[in-house]
Amino acid sequence: MKAFWKSMLRHPGGVIGLVILFITIFIAIFGPTIFPTSPWRMVQRPFLPPFTNPAVLLGTDALGRDVFAGIIYGARVSLLVGMVSTLVALIVGVPLGATAGYFGGRVDDALMRFTEFFQTIPSFPLAIVLVAILQPSIYSIVASIGIVSWPPVARLVRAEVLSLRTREYVQAAIVTGQSNSWIIWREILPNALSPVIVLASLMVATAILLESSLSFLGLGDPNMISWGYMVGAGRTVIRQAWWITVFPGVAILLAVLAMNLVGEGLNDALNPRLAKGSR
Amino acid sequence: MLSFVAQRIVKGVVVLLAIVVMNFFLIRLAPGDPAVVMAGEAGASDPQFVQQLREKFSLDKPLPEQLLSYVKGIVTLDLGFSFRQQMPVSKLISERIGATLLLTLTAFAISLVLGIFFGTLAARFAGSWGDSAITAAALVFYATPIFWLALMAILLFSVYLGWLPSFGYDTVGANYTGLAYVGDVALHLIMPAMTIGLFFMATYTRMTRASMLEVKRLDFVKTARAKGLRDNVIQRRHVLRNALLPVVTLAGVHAGTLIGGAVITETVYAWPGIGRLMYEALLQRDYNLLLGVFVVCSAMVLIFNLITDLVYRLVDPRIEFAS
Repeated sequence: MKAFWKSMLRHPGGVIGLVILFITIFIAIFGPTIFPTSPWRMVQRPFLPPFTNPAVLLGTDALGRDVFAGIIYGARVSLLVGMVSTLVALIVGVPLGATAGYFGGRVDDALMRFTEFFQTIPSFPLAIVLVAILQPSIYSIVASIGIVSWPPVARLVRAEVLSLRTREYVQAAIVTGQSNSWIIWREILPNALSPVIVLASLMVATAILLESSLSFLGLGDPNMISWGYMVGAGRTVIRQAWWITVFPGVAILLAVLAMNLVGEGLNDALNPRLAKGSR
Repeated sequence: MLSFVAQRIVKGVVVLLAIVVMNFFLIRLAPGDPAVVMAGEAGASDPQFVQQLREKFSLDKPLPEQLLSYVKGIVTLDLGFSFRQQMPVSKLISERIGATLLLTLTAFAISLVLGIFFGTLAARFAGSWGDSAITAAALVFYATPIFWLALMAILLFSVYLGWLPSFGYDTVGANYTGLAYVGDVALHLIMPAMTIGLFFMATYTRMTRASMLEVKRLDFVKTARAKGLRDNVIQRRHVLRNALLPVVTLAGVHAGTLIGGAVITETVYAWPGIGRLMYEALLQRDYNLLLGVFVVCSAMVLIFNLITDLVYRLVDPRIEFAS
């Protein structure tokens, strides 16, 4: 563990990423308590430019709502959707990939055809169709992003399991008569964990981008403010009020950049073999 | 080669059919009567039309029969009727698909050429400040939401500098002909294509750089150097050529993302393609049109995948055409 932190901290990008990520997580958890102004409430005149009133630092939108408050509250949706939908993708992808890799043969063939099928479907259009049909809500967004992003997990886990299955300790477990599920969950998967963690952290970044794009198109949860929604709402008045679109966009950019940096740092720390290579 | 292509086409058709079947069940997931859903929501449908739809898609028959008639419709290129736009879905799509192809292919070409160029440059001078600058820029563009980049481009190049038109495909009412028209469209194309292109350029830059550095260490490069070949020749003929293989693979994988980017970009720039059409369908909850565009998008991805597969085999003669 100590060695892990050491090599993680040696990676300057990883450190920057971690710092931004911790700030974002802090804002998402405690922001609304520290800063109780509701992002839906009118606090000032509409189109108040930023940096003119210290109480409304980033200005107000077309309805006089505080842009800063929106960014604080929006952190919650972005992180929540990013993490939970990645979790959904893992819940689908890990067992599927493990089963395919462990049993091989026809099971593998069938499961991999299924995975390839989902991988061919253009993911963003599929997410749009799913959210539109299930009606926009935080649940349908999480489910849709999870559904479009599990195939890489399944493929990665399958490849890992395939190579680990032939190891001696796995053979030993088979000889001692352990059940298949025991071997998969207790012997193989713990050893396949580090590449999955790296992939998962990069998937959170993609999920945040997907969520913001969906919200931008008007498919966000109507009861929760999100950064993508704010950019979408400010789009029509961009000529009069640039700040309504600029600041939430910067927030998305920073959050996604942080996750990508953390993912790369993790990659260097957990897979020193691949440190020089790509993803 | 021919049998390989035939095999891939058959596989693609099977996948497409599976998508159509999935669509069939998706429509039924939407709340309410599927006939009303297909006709378009919010009271836009009249009872007579709904009844017609019900008969046409045999919605009063058992499920397997319904599925059969739905698939039959799609196979004969009948994607249904958009009640909202008062036009067959296939006609709406065929009118718009050219603009999307122009946009996505231009963006793809820009991203590939610039990405490989900057990636090669960064790898060539690995460790220098130039390399750091390229790597950092790629990292930032990779994390930038496309819709936001589009808006920032409009803000800078249209509103502030006034250099480029902020929306549309051509100048309305200008009635340009010949070369002037081509120039006009090209001017409108720059910003949308660059917006999509920059994201993918970032990906290809990173990939090319990493891949070049990897290949550089291999033995055959040392051999080439020992033979006394000039550095330029080694970089171009030996390193770059081998380093491009993963980039081509990545390009194939990206076809779907490219279409997704088109949906966003066309929406922001009011580019009259099928991505914009998808957004319009979304706004009007025109599910029939939405699913029609979705099927066509999937078909485009399949065709694109097939092409990159062929290119991959041309670039790398070690891979045989038998699968």
